[in-house]
Amino acid sequence: MATLLEAKGVSKKFGGLTAVDTLDYSVEANAINSIIGPNGAGKTTFFNIVTGYYKPTTGTVQFDGHDIAGLAPHRLTRYGIGRTFQTIRLFGHLSALENVLIGMHHWLRSPWWSDLLKLRSTLREEAEAIRHGEELLAYVGLKGFEDVESRNLPYGLQRRLEIARALATRPKLLLLDEPTAGMNPNETKDMTAFIRRLRDERGLTILLIEHDMHVVMTISDKVTVLDYGRKISEGKPSDVQQDTRVIEAYLGSRALKMIKN
Amino acid sequence: MSALISRWRSIPRWAQLVILAAVVIFVPPVINIVERQTGFGLLTQVNRALIYVSLALGLNIVVGFAGLLDLGYAAFFAIGAYTFGILTWPSLRLDFSFFIAIWVCVLVAALFGMLIGAPTLRLRGDYLAIVTLAFGEIIPPLVRNLDNITIRIGDLVLVESFNLTNGPLGMKPLGRPNFGIVESIAGLSPGQLDPGVNPTFWYFIIVILVLVVLSASRRFEDSRIGRAWRAIREDETAARFMGVNTVRVKLLAFAFGASFSGLAGAVFASMLGAIFPELFRFQVSVFLLIIVILSGAGSVWGVLIGGLLISTFDGVLLAQIMPSIFPNSDVQSLRWVFFGIGLIAVMLFRPQGLFGHLGQRQRASQPVKEAAHGDAA
Amino acid sequence: MDPQLEAFLRQVLVGLSIGCYLALIALGYTMVYGIVELINFAHGDLFTFGFFISLTIWGLFDVPTPLEGAWILALPAIAIVVILLSGGLNVVIERVAYRPLRGASKLAPLITAVGMSFMLEAIFAYIWGANQINYPRFIPTTNFLNDFSRIIRFTPRDILLFGVTIPAMIGLTLFIDRTRLGKAMRAAAQDREAAAMMGINVNRIIAITFFIGGGLAGVAGMVYGLYTGSGRFIMGFEFGLFAFTAAVLGGIGNIRGAVLGAFIIGMVQAMSDLYIGGEWSRVIIFSLLILMLVFRPSGILGSTTSVEKV
Repeated sequence: MATLLEAKGVSKKFGGLTAVDTLDYSVEANAINSIIGPNGAGKTTFFNIVTGYYKPTTGTVQFDGHDIAGLAPHRLTRYGIGRTFQTIRLFGHLSALENVLIGMHHWLRSPWWSDLLKLRSTLREEAEAIRHGEELLAYVGLKGFEDVESRNLPYGLQRRLEIARALATRPKLLLLDEPTAGMNPNETKDMTAFIRRLRDERGLTILLIEHDMHVVMTISDKVTVLDYGRKISEGKPSDVQQDTRVIEAYLGSRALKMIKN
Repeated sequence: MSALISRWRSIPRWAQLVILAAVVIFVPPVINIVERQTGFGLLTQVNRALIYVSLALGLNIVVGFAGLLDLGYAAFFAIGAYTFGILTWPSLRLDFSFFIAIWVCVLVAALFGMLIGAPTLRLRGDYLAIVTLAFGEIIPPLVRNLDNITIRIGDLVLVESFNLTNGPLGMKPLGRPNFGIVESIAGLSPGQLDPGVNPTFWYFIIVILVLVVLSASRRFEDSRIGRAWRAIREDETAARFMGVNTVRVKLLAFAFGASFSGLAGAVFASMLGAIFPELFRFQVSVFLLIIVILSGAGSVWGVLIGGLLISTFDGVLLAQIMPSIFPNSDVQSLRWVFFGIGLIAVMLFRPQGLFGHLGQRQRASQPVKEAAHGDAA
Repeated sequence: MDPQLEAFLRQVLVGLSIGCYLALIALGYTMVYGIVELINFAHGDLFTFGFFISLTIWGLFDVPTPLEGAWILALPAIAIVVILLSGGLNVVIERVAYRPLRGASKLAPLITAVGMSFMLEAIFAYIWGANQINYPRFIPTTNFLNDFSRIIRFTPRDILLFGVTIPAMIGLTLFIDRTRLGKAMRAAAQDREAAAMMGINVNRIIAITFFIGGGLAGVAGMVYGLYTGSGRFIMGFEFGLFAFTAAVLGGIGNIRGAVLGAFIIGMVQAMSDLYIGGEWSRVIIFSLLILMLVFRPSGILGSTTSVEKV
């Protein structure tokens, strides 16, 4: 399999804190990869480097033949990196359909003067975009909610709308930041199956941050464990599960969590 | 109110247009009658209100659509008006025709919009507000002091005592639209269609201005660029991750906001026939912001209706009717108390504005949590 | 003495005195921004309020002009009343117009602050008149430097001005650095949520911040009246913006930065009055504000604002 994303020696420092520490990481095309680790292990920071929000302090990131470290997020979207967020960040006062149309912004061609003159090419493109958007919404299970303002959607559908919006950007690589957070076991099961469908039906490569071990172990081709910004283990789910370092770092933190709760 | 709106929606589009056209055409004669009865100057106030509506629609692109707080919007109004002044003031001998000059004003204002926007649009929202405010505060003193420009490089005098803006005295007279071609075709005597200071003529010219600005706003609203503006208003960071080049999109919002203002400024200058630095103070920026916020930021129809109502409230009720009812009290000096309270109250209790719901498409605004619970793909 | 040097030295003193008022206003601006990240647009109007309300209080008594004998003690007494009133007004403003919007977008309270500012100015104009208002000349203007120069002036008014502002600045700095309350304020400025979780009553801290800021601006307005002998309902707008420029220049949220910025702005104004022409001062100071915000938004001494999380 070809490598779609490859990070080499990536570090990110905030003042004295090293959030990601000389990380080597690669994603094969058409795989589902997961990154796990205790809170503050640097998972989201790594996502933010891959999607262009942070410029890495050191290291290189290659995506699909491009050197992307430090490029702006909107440019990376054009290269084919789509994402969702740990806390949902939809455009609340825009309808579900409009949210998806924003995802298409960068590949729709209509320039402002054509919008102003309502040229036929623009009208045709808009109609096509709306049709495509409705298709995407139906695909993620939001048929009939096209005109609902996204802030009024129930939580589970908001998560799905975020995925539809990311799909609208036509990604090759889709980064999902805790897609099952806050879901009940049934919803989680649906979401897990849905993620697999995204890969199988749409040929996407998927990179997950996930806390739900069951989800991670069922769908991942490769699991990577981060702790204090470093990679402490990597491999097939079954291998990682038996890695003592992981059990130490991970179960330790989970036990801590249980006490907290 | 909502019954009225739904009835209005139910009539066919051609009938809507006929009704609107009839209203627009019959406003001047009706107002003339009222003016004769009451002695108030109403039509000039309507014209002013319509100019303010055009300006507010421009500001609505920046504040309402894109969510960028511009506290110095009057600067672009001033730039439009003064560009028109420079192009048509007889002493400078450029003598542009009105119909060409206004488009130059649009371009110059848009250029300034991008010039101030390019370095500042990366700033956080509140800093941007202050930068625009400072820019707005620089323009009037700048204009006031550009009446005696001398530029020297060493001993070489490039410009000496050049009077660009006529400083505090203001520029006067300024160019007016000339309908010579129409007159010769229609067989009228030259000058018969000269608008002069006749408010009815100006009314129709300004109605055209409003129509231009209104239809541009409407077309932008639901287009690719308009959606991108609304997306960055909702969540700029998320918009960036979805592939929107936010700096470019914000720059366009600034440019269009400025160009609307430049156009309105040019027409305003021509209508008054004279411009002074004091016409473009901070109060104008705040008054326009009040129109946009009170009417409903982001709602084109809301700003249209609200702009007309608020400007009329200010120019007719507060400035003319109230003083005639209470001749001994100084009601007008309280106008900013009213507007200040109005602004605070709307922000606290009705952030969507008084007329923000007008013209909104039929959207399910009720939460649908129950209906959709457990629904899966 | 060389007349050019003499004019320069005079402007140095003028710049220092402008810097004093600006510092008192900028301190409140910067403290409020440090904690609630709000550009309190109405802050400059508390300066105007201090000017007018002190004028009204003086008017209640039959005070000799200039002040003499025991009446000199009225100065600190009235100053305290002015501090209480303008600080209290600022607390009320925060409670009514800003606190309800704390969860809303960042621009919402800024918009109400603009509305508040215009409302206050209109009320001032309604109560005290829209014209230039004279302030009684309670403090004489005998020049201590008369034997040395007639151009450079240092008068009892300067003593009053420096006597009020410098202790106030030192006191505030000590208060914030040394006291428990000051520590709580710094904690709230750094991370409001974390501070709340540590048991700090953040609402109370914010109210205290507004009180101190308002009080400082109010007393600055009173001192301004005593110093210059006149003022107008609108003056808080310009002073407020200059003070904000000072706060940005020094690094917003930074107490020492605000004082430094205020004296720089005071000097810039005094020097541009002398060398470029008074009509350009506004243009220069506002250009400085724009350039600072664009190229160095964290100011000279660094600011204390937060970064968005994704």
